[in-house]
This record gives sequence, C-alpha cells and structure tokens, in this order.
Amino acid sequence: MYETTYHRASSVDEAAALFSKGSEAKFLAGGHTLIPVMKQRLASPSDVIDIGKIKDLIGVQLSGDTLVIKAATTYYDIMTNADVKKAIPAIAHLTSVLGDPAVRSRGTIGGSIANNDPAADFPAALISLGATVKTNKRSISADDFFKGLFTTALEDGEIITEVAFPVPEKAGYAKMRHPASRFALTGVFVTKTKAGDVRVAATGASQSGVMRVPAIEAALKANWSASALDGVSVSASGLLSDIHGSADYRANLVKVMAQRAVQAAG
Amino acid sequence: MGMEGIGASVVRKEDKRFITGKGRYVDDIKLLGMTYAHFIRSPHAHAKVKSIDSSAAEAMPGVVAVLTGKQIVDDKVGNLICGWAITSKDGSPMKMGAWPAMAPETVRFVGQAVAVVIADSKNLARDAAEAVVVEYEELPAVADMPSALKPGAPQLHPEAPGNVVYDWHIGDEAAVGAAFSKAAHVVSLELTNNRLAPNAMEPRAAIADYDAAEEHFTLYTTSQNPHVARLVLSAFYNIAPEHKLRVIAPDVGGGFGSKIFIYPEEMVALWASKKVGRPVKWTGDRTEAFLTDAHGRDHISKAEMAFDADHKMLGLRVKTHANFGAYMSLFSSSVPTYLYATLLSGQYNIPAIYAEVMGVYTNTTPVDAYRGAGRPEASYLLERLVETAARQFKMDPAELRRKNFITQFPHQTPVIMAYDTGDFNASLDAAMKAIDYAGFPARKEAAKAQGKLRGIGLSCYIEACGIAPSKAVGSLGAGVGLWESAEIRVNPVGTIEVLTGSHSHGQGHETTFCQLIADRLGVPISQVSIVHGDTDKVQFGMGTYGSRSAAVGLTAILKAMEKVEAKAKKIAAHALEASEGDIVIENGEFKVTGTDKSIALPMVALAAYTAHNLPDGMEPGLKESAFYDPTNFTFPAGTYICELEVDQATGKTSFVNFVAADDFGRLINPMIVEGQVHGGLVQGIGQALLEHAVYDGNGQPVTASFMDYAMPRADDVPSFKLSHTTTLCPGNPLGVKGCGEAGAIGASAAVINAITDAIGNNKLEMPATPDRVWHAIHGNA
Repeated sequence: MYETTYHRASSVDEAAALFSKGSEAKFLAGGHTLIPVMKQRLASPSDVIDIGKIKDLIGVQLSGDTLVIKAATTYYDIMTNADVKKAIPAIAHLTSVLGDPAVRSRGTIGGSIANNDPAADFPAALISLGATVKTNKRSISADDFFKGLFTTALEDGEIITEVAFPVPEKAGYAKMRHPASRFALTGVFVTKTKAGDVRVAATGASQSGVMRVPAIEAALKANWSASALDGVSVSASGLLSDIHGSADYRANLVKVMAQRAVQAAG
Repeated sequence: MGMEGIGASVVRKEDKRFITGKGRYVDDIKLLGMTYAHFIRSPHAHAKVKSIDSSAAEAMPGVVAVLTGKQIVDDKVGNLICGWAITSKDGSPMKMGAWPAMAPETVRFVGQAVAVVIADSKNLARDAAEAVVVEYEELPAVADMPSALKPGAPQLHPEAPGNVVYDWHIGDEAAVGAAFSKAAHVVSLELTNNRLAPNAMEPRAAIADYDAAEEHFTLYTTSQNPHVARLVLSAFYNIAPEHKLRVIAPDVGGGFGSKIFIYPEEMVALWASKKVGRPVKWTGDRTEAFLTDAHGRDHISKAEMAFDADHKMLGLRVKTHANFGAYMSLFSSSVPTYLYATLLSGQYNIPAIYAEVMGVYTNTTPVDAYRGAGRPEASYLLERLVETAARQFKMDPAELRRKNFITQFPHQTPVIMAYDTGDFNASLDAAMKAIDYAGFPARKEAAKAQGKLRGIGLSCYIEACGIAPSKAVGSLGAGVGLWESAEIRVNPVGTIEVLTGSHSHGQGHETTFCQLIADRLGVPISQVSIVHGDTDKVQFGMGTYGSRSAAVGLTAILKAMEKVEAKAKKIAAHALEASEGDIVIENGEFKVTGTDKSIALPMVALAAYTAHNLPDGMEPGLKESAFYDPTNFTFPAGTYICELEVDQATGKTSFVNFVAADDFGRLINPMIVEGQVHGGLVQGIGQALLEHAVYDGNGQPVTASFMDYAMPRADDVPSFKLSHTTTLCPGNPLGVKGCGEAGAIGASAAVINAITDAIGNNKLEMPATPDRVWHAIHGNA
C-alpha cells in the first residue's frame, strides 16, 4: 500500500469538504473493494475519507410505500432489519447471499452501488425495483445511475446518502454464486410493481454490467409464473464468458435464475 | 493402551499456541538490522531480459541494494537442481535446461524473478522495485502440452529439443500387447488431471542471516525438510559448507508438498545477506504463491484396459503427458514416473501393465509434488477407467472391482510395487454398508421424481507411502536416501525430549510422537516434548512428505526408544539388585516382575546422570539415537463412495453423502487421523469440482488470486462419514501405513464417477464446474 492520509468524517458536509481538499481523494465505506485494490498498489489515493461512521448515513426507514436504506448501512444490518424483511424480503434475501459473514459485516449498500462491479448483487435490485439514488447533490433514478462496468452517474466528490425503493407487489432474487469470488456468476432480480409493471434485472451476466432483460419482462408481464419463461430464449450475445461460465451458460442462468426468482417472489 | 498412548484421541498439544495466535512463523521473526527483499518478477511468460536499469531505485532512500540474475550467476551460486534422475526409453538421461535463482538472460514463466531489491522496509523495497526498469524482448510462449509438442513450437531450453524432458516407460509392452490381442473387451478413456495451485495457508517466507565473523549462515524458512534444504544449499548451490549453515523451519502453516522444495527466494536471501552484510527477509504474498509455489498434477492421459469374457482384467496400457512447467523442480521428475505409474495396478490383479510418460516443458510455473504426488493421478485414471468399464459391461461397478481385487498378499504388481498386506473387500464392504449402496436405486428414483439427477460413484484407491527404502529409490534414480533419524534425550529429572527429523507443519507430531513415548513408558505426554525443524538441534532428517512421518519417522523414534529402554533397564536392574530380564516398565516405573520392588523413571534418569552407581563400564547419561530405513513402502488403501445430486437446470452438484473406509494400519491418534482424512477429502473434492490453475495461450496466468482460483470452502463439502478397516502393516513394528494423502488421492474419482453416473455422460473433465456439467447434460459443448 502506498502512503495515504486517513480521515474519519463525522458529517456528509465534512466529508465533501475533505474530498475537495485532497488531490486524489477517495471515499471509504466498507472498504471491501478500495482496501484490497490499495494493498495491490492499483490505487494510490492521497486521502482516504471514511464515511462509514457518519450517523446520518446509517439506518433504514419505511414510510408508506417507500423503503429507504441509508448509504452506509451494512449488509448485515440490512439483512436483519425488520422493515426490510417486511417491505421487500427479496432485499433481505439478496443481502444474506452476498459475500460471506465478514463481507456482510462491513460492506455497505452505498459502497456496492458506487463501485458498480458488474457482478455485484445490489445493482440488480435497484434496477429491478426502480429505486432512486439520493446523493448530497441530487436524486438519480437507478436507470440513469448505472453506466456500465465500474461506472456510475456520480460526479467527482458526490456522496450517495440513501437509496429509496418503492415497495413492490412482489419481488424475488435468485443467484448462482461465482465459485471463487462468491459474487454473482449470474443473479436475477424480478419485480412486479404495485402498478402492475414488471422489471427484471440481471447482474454478473453482461459485459456491460447490470442489465434489464426485456424478453423475460414481456413473458412475465403476460403471465407472472416460472413456467411462463420455459419457452423464452435469452441471447448469449454480449454476455461475459470466462473459465467459470461461458456466455451460453450465463444466458441459460439468466432464464433459470429468473424462474427461481419468480418462484421465490411467490 | 494408556489414556494418552497409541490409539487415544489425545487433544493436540500444539493447538494451544496456534489457536491463541502464539505460533511462531518465519514472518513473526525479526532480527536486528534486518532488511527486506522484494523481487522483480517477469510479467512475460517467455522473454529475453535485454537490460535492467536500477540506478533510480538504488538512489532512493532506504534502499540497500538492487541485485540481478547476472550477479548471482557471476557469484557462482548454483543453478537449481532436480534430485531424481529419470532415464528415457532410449537410454538417454532426462534433458534439463538450466534454472538460475534469478534469470540473467531469459525468463520462461510469469513470475520468474529477474532482480531483487533489498531495503530497510518492505514498503521501501516495493517502492524501489517500481523504479527498476527492466527491458524485455518478448518471445513466443507455449502454455499447454499439445502446443508445446507441435513441430515448430517455441522452444524453452536448447538442452531439451521439442520441449521434451524425457520419454519414459515402465512395464512389459509385449505382454500388454498380447493381453489386448486376446481380450474379449477393451475399454478406453482419455482424460486430463487438472493443474492445481497448492495454497498453503502460510505463504512461503525466508530470513537469511550471515555472520561475517564466523562465516556462518542461518536460514529461517518455510520448509517441510530443513536438513534436505541445508544439504542442497550446501552441496549444490555453493552457499556454505553444511557446518556453516543452520536451517530452521519454525512453525510452518501447511505445505502439502509445496514446501519440500528449495526455492530461488531462499537462495537469493542467503546470497544477498552476505552481500549486504545484514539479515534479509522475504515474505511472499498470495500472488507470489500462485505464481511461484510449485504447482501440482497437470496430466493428459489415454488409458486402455483389456478384459477377458468373464470381465477379468488382462492388461492396462497408459500413455501420459506430464506438464513440468518451465523448469524441473527438485523432485518433479519422479512424480509422474515412480510415484505415478508404479501405482497403476491399483487394488486389482492386472497381469500386464505398460505405461509411457512424456515429460513436457511449457512456459508455466514449475510443477512438482502436491499432496499425493502422482498417486492421485494414477488413482483417478484407474478408477474412472474401471467405472467406465462397468458401465460399458452394464455391471455393478462394485462387483467389477470385487471380481478383480487382489486378495492374496504379498502381491507383486507388474509395476515394481510389492503390496505387503490389505483387505480391499473389507473396505469396499464397509463403505457400501455406510452409504446403503443397496438402497441407492430407490433413492435415485425418488430423486428423479423430484426432478433431480442423482448419482453414486466409487473409488477404490491404493497408495504407496512411508517413502521409502533408500536402496530401492536409489536404484530408481533418487539422489537421496529416504530413511529417518531420531534421538531421545531423557533428562536427569526424567522429562523426555524427542528430536526428530520429521517436520510438523500441521500434522500434529507434537502430540502423536509423544503418544508413542507415553505408550512405551506410561508417562504423561506433558512430560515429553518434541524438537524438530532445526539443523543445529536435530542430528539429521529427511523431512515430512509422502505420508512418511509415522511409518518412517516414528519408527526411528521407536528404535531410539528401544535403546533408551534397554539402557534404563540395566540401570534399574543394577539399582534394584535384580536381573535385567526381570525388569518391566509400567506407569513410568521400572519394576521387578512379580515383586513390589520398583524404581521410578526420574530416579533411573538421575542415576544415569549422577553416575554414582552405574553398572561397571556403563557410560553415564540416558540419550540414544537411531536411523531407520524402511524395508518397503506402506500401502494405505480404501474405498470412497460419493452420492450426489445434479441440478439439471444449472449443472450444480450437491452432495448427499460421502463415505470413506480407509485402511491405514494402526492408528496413533484417531482424532488426528480423522482431521487428516477430512483435509485430504476436501482437497480431492476441490480438485474434482473447483480448483484449476489456468493459463491463457500466451502463458499468462488466469487464476492468480482467490477471486478466480476457487478454493473449497466449508459449505462446498459434505459432512464425511469415516470408518477404518485395519490390516496392520507388516513392514514396520508399529504396523502403521500413513494417512496424510489418502483423501486427496481417492476422492476425485468418486466425485466424478458420481456426477457422470447422475448425468449419464462419461465425458466430463475436472474441475466439474456447473458450466461443464450443464454442457455435459445438454450436449451443446
């Protein structure tokens, strides 16, 4: 690791101020991506600004039809939160199969979506549920937030403060774990909104990161059941292919995981 | 058997320090004035080193030196050796290219060191390494054997034309030909044995400390065999004569074979310590472990078996290509030859066997012994072949095996090994009973009704352990003898130190070896300590690998104990005014049999050291040593059966049950044996389902971190059901065979046989990833 200066911010404003002072500053939440990358000397921030302990960034609120998860809430706290389990149990499930206990104890929802790893779980939930990402500057719809591999709509120094999820009629998540990294080899999140719309997002599958799956959305809109997808074919074009999963295998997984997500959603 | 004697599941003495973080590993050691080494490693699989500009690095604060491959060669540090000479079919010796500790001219695998930075801290060394400019001229590389063997392929070493190290054979080709010509059935199979990265929990590390006044080196290193390290460093690498070199292997966190070998980093640390006049420490990180720890396995084989009309085996023909990587590591040459082809008879009466093995250079990390070393490859090949035959014959695979089992002992196989004892039917029966083999068809049907594909797979393995009779291995080309030595020191107060040449890096010797003493003397194990891993303390040792520590190392301790006991009995008889023949040892006392006269061990020991009243002519003291050379290999064997289900939609396998019935001879500590079997099974399952060290076509490693290389985790494996069917080994007085490698040897075939049974497609390679299994089910590979 190269030398760096560590700061623990006590408020979002302080964090933003510290960021603007640093020449190559980085925000730190759970640290599960930034720290390993720094240890490998692939990142050399001048300043590391820890936003993981800012009180305003931690917690869950359910008000009416909106579930708000603040950005620095850990996976463990999301997974065990009564409001999450009540309002959108699929998010609790997704969080319970994310990483391992050590990761879940430190990793945060804000860190996950800011990093936008193409195999991360949470981007699929945000896209499928039609969530809104709130920052210290603005609100961004999930559809506009994720911009391909490790890229988001966040501007330099912008801090995610919370994610607001509309409570759906039904939602489910199913994931085939990557055997080595335990990220999603392919994970699919399905949502039937209260307005009757169907949104399906797959992670780990596409070369461009999290993606909607229109063929599956259309089939489920016509008939919300796993069997409705039996005849659906997902194209392998543009999907990732590596030693753990070829593109055609991942295409199969998109369909199979969607079926299982529908079953889980009920 | 006492409470802590042989056969007792005594809790491990060493675990207190391990689980409380008090273990002392190489990286925990800090010496005054210590410097830190960081290696500059090739990013190319094959390249010429055109130039190295270290001027900027050398000018950086805290940098002590930047040393290069050219300097180490100029200083006449020896090239790395391969210690087992293999002769090709045509009588020519194996063909090896030179392997300098750092490359002066040519790099041949990604990760090969070209230079080292020595600095005041680890971070400064790393900073400076980034300032060293190495100019390479890339050369075409070959990463896989078929490519390396093609005409016109890039050549690694001029000494080895065609990238062939040797083309070796064993057995009777004509007899096998005759067997096939009269065969009623021939079964054939092509398969690969996937390359593995060992990944011991503790990465390799070394600290070298040169004392200029004494012209003496001390090396702290992560070694399974410190005396062999000293021998090789002294005799071949010109570091220092043996009496000027002390090698200490303190607590070592796992080896699995990968820490047998003496690596370039240890050589460089020693050489650099003398050059800079300060201690030099190197601690590898996980990436370096993936790039430079000797890998395991990596075979491509074709096997054919001839059967008569009654399904009796007539002959076996095997052709194997073994990937050695870019250089011949210390024992690499023996692994796919004498540790592999000599086990191809398995548990079966096969009248004729012929095996050909071609060793191949590629631009990849060197390959050497890894838990099982050759025997897993033999067992996997044979057990898949037999299972394939049973399916071809539409026979119960258990019955086909039973029909061909060796039942008379001793049994001379056609491939050198003479099995001393065993009962293969007993372990097969025990495993079948444990898994309710008879009930499997009904379970398969029930699973089918649930939409699941259920399969069952057998593996009846045998291995040759307790390596090895020195004369035998010497006649086959080994450069060393494979005996073991021990020394027993009974202190004047009656406590006992056992100095052993075996090395414990997870095996639990500090407990099991004490149990032998407890068994012999009836003293508590708290009164006994085990000393190992230091060439200045232990007289000599060949180290721990090949499941040899109990069969060879502990027998050496027993031999020394017998001498101690004989002397102690003389002293006791003298003190008790009794006949030596009437003295028996019970509960730490020397008793005159049939009387109430006795003298306690501490009093005997004290008498030996005060020497006030010893028998006439007896030397004072109570300390004896022994060297023990085994008369034969030992032959642990057993049956593993795996039952699992495959998810048709995803190709994912889930274990239903996994049973192991092993014959390890006498068990010293059943709890430790259980742990050894668990670990071995997990490694075997890891190879079958998860692990694979992969290179791309240019020799770039694809799996150089745990993000890509799938190590088995606890939730990847089932709870195992273990049992033992024991035949005592007649080759050593303890009757022990060894248990360290069995799981890794036998498990893979059981898993793959079960999956191929479930999916009804025998064409499946390891690791059987969900992707591969799904393709095998759906046939669109």
